[in-house]
Amino acid sequence: MKNTALSSTHEALGAKMVPFAGYNMPVQYDGVNIEHQAVRKDCGVFDVSHMGEFLVEGEHALDLLQKVCSNDASKLTVGKAQYTCLPNDDGGVVDDLIIYKLKEDQYLLVVNASNIEKDWNWISSKNDVGATMRDLSEDYSLLAIQGPNAVEKMQALSSHDLAAIKFYNFEVGNFAGIENVIISATGYTGSGGFEIYCKNDEVKQIWDKVTAAGAKPIGLAARDTLRLEMGYCLYGNDISDTTSPIEAGLGWITKFTKEFTNSEALKAEKERGPKRKLIAFELDERGIPRHDYEIVDAEGNAIGIVTSGTMSPSLGKGIGLGYVPTEVSAVGTKIFIQIRKKAIPATIVKPPFYKA
Amino acid sequence: MNIPSELKYTKDHEWVKVEGDVATVGITDFAQSELGDIVYVDIDTVDETLDMDEVFGSVEAVKTVSDLFLPLSGEVIAFNEALEDEPEKVNTDPYGEGWIIKLKVSDASEIEKLLSDSDYKALIGA
Repeated sequence: MKNTALSSTHEALGAKMVPFAGYNMPVQYDGVNIEHQAVRKDCGVFDVSHMGEFLVEGEHALDLLQKVCSNDASKLTVGKAQYTCLPNDDGGVVDDLIIYKLKEDQYLLVVNASNIEKDWNWISSKNDVGATMRDLSEDYSLLAIQGPNAVEKMQALSSHDLAAIKFYNFEVGNFAGIENVIISATGYTGSGGFEIYCKNDEVKQIWDKVTAAGAKPIGLAARDTLRLEMGYCLYGNDISDTTSPIEAGLGWITKFTKEFTNSEALKAEKERGPKRKLIAFELDERGIPRHDYEIVDAEGNAIGIVTSGTMSPSLGKGIGLGYVPTEVSAVGTKIFIQIRKKAIPATIVKPPFYKA
Repeated sequence: MNIPSELKYTKDHEWVKVEGDVATVGITDFAQSELGDIVYVDIDTVDETLDMDEVFGSVEAVKTVSDLFLPLSGEVIAFNEALEDEPEKVNTDPYGEGWIIKLKVSDASEIEKLLSDSDYKALIGA
């Protein structure tokens, strides 16, 4: 199992460590509810250095990205980031990722830790245009500093005006005494803040200064409850090799302004409408939905499957995402979640579950 | 790790306090600490008579669901309803306000099959 540059720091803080995507990662420090609320109300810092980073560059870099990505990377200008996905040939998704345009003809791709090898092989297999690819995953660390007070608490650590970096924009510069880090107004919590990309040997200094400036260490368990309260997809749960971006509600990052892998079939699916849809639901009674629980109708017939579920720390009730047939996917529809012996009534809602 | 000497234990990390023919059951300090924040205690067997080791409910932490196994045969006569609104009592006071059920014991001879505090300490390596 691999360590991040901060694994021993987490252990010294008393974190509960778990294997995740081949890395020894902190799942929680003080408790998931306290950590969740710290991000919702104040400021937290996550070590998410397990995430993968690829550099794609050269005069054909954009050609490669346009071939493999669902979103239109030609819309990117230097200093902007874009959420996108890699469709496969069979209607599914290889991974979801963020692309940063660092320079003309130079892009950073940030991919899920569990998919680093799969993505590398997939993108490489499509690289008949001569783009240069480098896997920087082992060299780079990533900290997510999130919460409504993140900007104010961290401003003293940088000469950049953090409040002026707009959502999905980034700057390259100084932070916590380190030069040339990426300061990106992105995140996976819905509570604002930014993410810092730096080299492994720089991350300890940044972590120490960030926590000294008032960011509370947050584990992966709270990362999951935070993202789920926003209805954000998690690869491996809500999207996978067998779910299409159209049925997953990712039509907004699937742009038919250009050709890309499987774009013809996805365009046809979008036009005729997907057979099933990823929906968000809240339980009407006590209970907690979980990944792989069945969604049933009033007669107890299986109609779908839960892909993510939890007890929402903010709402105090069970929430989840899951796939159901399109004809029963409208907001307000009553469904049931089979939780062991009981079918618990639930209502389809419009995400996010948590509204700041 | 708090392991009171006056209680009995199971290999499934439950504690049992026997008073006459009534046993109070909860999960141990070790169990709650391993599970992390308890967010739901689901008991749907009140008034049912079950055998030893049968599932009588579950405790759910943020990431896990754990079945609860009846430590002794008998009838489930009470659920600690305070846990419906405050399941976190299982974390903060596992041997007190975080008790889970009361059980009318049907076979007192089973009590000797339970673990002592020193057996349980050995089990968890405390």
